[in-house]
Amino acid sequence: MANMKTMSFDAVIVGGGGSGMRAALQLAQSGYKTAVITKVFPTRSHTVSAQGGITCAIASDDPDDQWQWHMYDTIKGSDYIGDQEAIEYMCQTGPEAIFELEHMGLPFSRTEEGRIYQRPFGGQSKDFGKGGQAARTCAAADRTGHALLHTLYQGNLKSETTFLNEWYAVDIVKNEDGAVVGVVAINIENGETVYVKSKATVFATGGAGRIYASTTNAHICTGDGIGMALRAGFPVQDIEMWQFHPTGIHGAGTLVTEGCRGEGGYLVNKDGERFMERYAPNVKDLAGRDVVARSMVLEILEGRGCGPDGDHVYLKLDHLGEETLNAKLPGILELSRTFAHADPIKEPIPVVPTCHYMMGGIPTNVDGQALTIDEDGNDTVIEGFYACGEAACVSVHGANRLGGNSLLDLVVFGRASGKFIEKQLREGINLKEAREEDIDAAMVLLNRVNDSSDGENASVLRAELQTIMQNYFGVFRRGDYMQEGIKKLAELRPRIENVALEDKSNAFNTARIEVLELHNLFEVAEATAIAAEGRTESRGAHAREDFQDRDDENWLCHSVYFPAEKTIGKRPVNFTLKTREAFAPQIRTY
Amino acid sequence: MLNVSIYRYNPEADAEPYMQDFQVDTQGKDIMVLDVLEKLKAQDATLSFRRSCREGVCGSDGVNISGKNGLACITPLSEAVKGNKLVIRPLPGLPVIRDLVIDMTQFYAQYEKIQPYLINNTPAPAIERLQTQEERAKLDGLYECILCACCSTACPSFWWNPEKFIGPSGLLQAYRFLADSRDTGTEERLANLDDPFSVFRCHGIMNCVQVCPKGLNPTKAIGHIRNMLIRSAT
Repeated sequence: MANMKTMSFDAVIVGGGGSGMRAALQLAQSGYKTAVITKVFPTRSHTVSAQGGITCAIASDDPDDQWQWHMYDTIKGSDYIGDQEAIEYMCQTGPEAIFELEHMGLPFSRTEEGRIYQRPFGGQSKDFGKGGQAARTCAAADRTGHALLHTLYQGNLKSETTFLNEWYAVDIVKNEDGAVVGVVAINIENGETVYVKSKATVFATGGAGRIYASTTNAHICTGDGIGMALRAGFPVQDIEMWQFHPTGIHGAGTLVTEGCRGEGGYLVNKDGERFMERYAPNVKDLAGRDVVARSMVLEILEGRGCGPDGDHVYLKLDHLGEETLNAKLPGILELSRTFAHADPIKEPIPVVPTCHYMMGGIPTNVDGQALTIDEDGNDTVIEGFYACGEAACVSVHGANRLGGNSLLDLVVFGRASGKFIEKQLREGINLKEAREEDIDAAMVLLNRVNDSSDGENASVLRAELQTIMQNYFGVFRRGDYMQEGIKKLAELRPRIENVALEDKSNAFNTARIEVLELHNLFEVAEATAIAAEGRTESRGAHAREDFQDRDDENWLCHSVYFPAEKTIGKRPVNFTLKTREAFAPQIRTY
Repeated sequence: MLNVSIYRYNPEADAEPYMQDFQVDTQGKDIMVLDVLEKLKAQDATLSFRRSCREGVCGSDGVNISGKNGLACITPLSEAVKGNKLVIRPLPGLPVIRDLVIDMTQFYAQYEKIQPYLINNTPAPAIERLQTQEERAKLDGLYECILCACCSTACPSFWWNPEKFIGPSGLLQAYRFLADSRDTGTEERLANLDDPFSVFRCHGIMNCVQVCPKGLNPTKAIGHIRNMLIRSAT
């Protein structure tokens, strides 16, 4: 590909959602030549769908609130495989990052004192679990993601970040030393393929909820960054850990914020019973998401589900009153009326646990540097390669993310990555230029797709993949089922590799993009399946019928999936805090 | 079977655009227009359209549905089908790249022109800038804009002067910052809009209000800007 067009930047961020735009903002503000490659116009990124808020101890609702309490909640929520150093950094730095967003114009809702409004979310406590429910989630009504994403886009416009909008990154370019020196990307509008060269390549590519048939995630959440990393031979961490959000609208999958329960809503079964009182006597509907999702599935399995098929439960909000609902949850009213044909002012919303969030991802340190593991089991930095946001596993969410912590993760680690890359750029980054064969290596998939002729249809294969994941790797998992699922995936791989792209045109060819996305979905699905089967315990979101207990002796660690051998390794969890003693694992009850 | 007629244009293959007819089995369900598009895409992968969140918050899938601009993902067939026929065209007034995908460059350029970010050069406090609930309430109905372009592409003034008239979406955002108690750029913002075209090409026909999928009212915001401009001139 000697004649391929090349564009050159100090830093390239792949992904225009919250973490990508926060990283880009940091770098562009410092005058570095920064580009964001994004397959959709930035404000169409999935961050826009975040509703309830961003959790952070800004001491507005409670002037005595402490970030240490937030740290405790997050570690407990993670079922003790969140890295404590990273969680400490996030909770401590969080307030600064939130105030910056506010100063940039984010239209937070307000308290009577004029401060940022905070609402209760699940898993939040005061005084290290001893002081009752906290209200720590900063909100812009129930459109916090929208407000945050637009504010960040606006900030980037002001700072003159270069946006390569509606460009699709296909694969990573590695130099002869194995360092990352950019990506090959397609300009979707005209089909042109470009080598986007960079001293620092940041993957902020978001999640991959579309590996499941039922998901709250946008169509675009296809795990592109994870797929690219795996094809480049890099490992992923804790990829078996998928969060099922308790309240997806039954049938449609669209999200209903945990903020509904934070504001006083609760779940009922077909008998009208508030069943969470049985599963989590202390905090009830505000237990961790994994706990609530499992309780709902048990209610349904035991015949207490609602509706003609008994396959969902109800979220009751009408008792909160029209005025509160209009003020605090206006977006939910719209969504429920549109997708559930239920007006929450008068009737409950039919909900069911729905795939929502990928806790795993590309392992990184707190500076956003992507890591691999060497032969002796030591962490090794992958030069030139960084990740943040949902695509990364830093890891602040461990086995179960707390509500409101994803938006905080985005801004804190987007910012941290940007700051660290700034420092590196100042000191000078010298990576060897990519050779022609290095770029060719990143063109293998695209060339194969462009040369395809007689394979199967992408949408059919995608549906098969999603069904396998839904059936064999859902809320409850079992060894023999998962082995069956892995077998089915193995049969699917050659069919997906041989998928046909009939339309070879260049102008806005979304068929080509969907074929490439399908390859990424498959890589994420396979890694998920193998890691899930390998973790022989129940922890956080990973609940096994054949291993019902948490096994700290063997599994108080990250799983690391290596794509070349398709094997699972282990990586120690960080238990070092800078400000106090680490939190030792406890039995996790709510 | 539902009869669907869709605007098709592939610049590499077609000399000119045409309407293509399809039949879609909706199983009698009141699904969304986007669901119909996805079903068609499974039949004919060459059909191009934008979509992302599928819940009406990202603004990707603004299209013209049986004559009215709207978001495909939150428009049910019961609101869109007339006489068992659904007609889908790209949003009008902007160049078509392919099928239902329009070139939104001019739309975004108008948004960028209004300085869509908070201006406040006073030193920031160590915490957030305080804002009363009443001050914050002034942003409701403004900050929710999703930049889908349904309004601006329904506006004849924008069709005529897409380079010079900011258009309803951009002006709604202009007022979002003028109305923000934390913004100190009012004078600069008004000076930037003070010409015969940017604001005053709005003739108040309210097409924007009629089509906004988020129920927002750009005409009202434009009225506020006009008043501010007139007041600042006297």
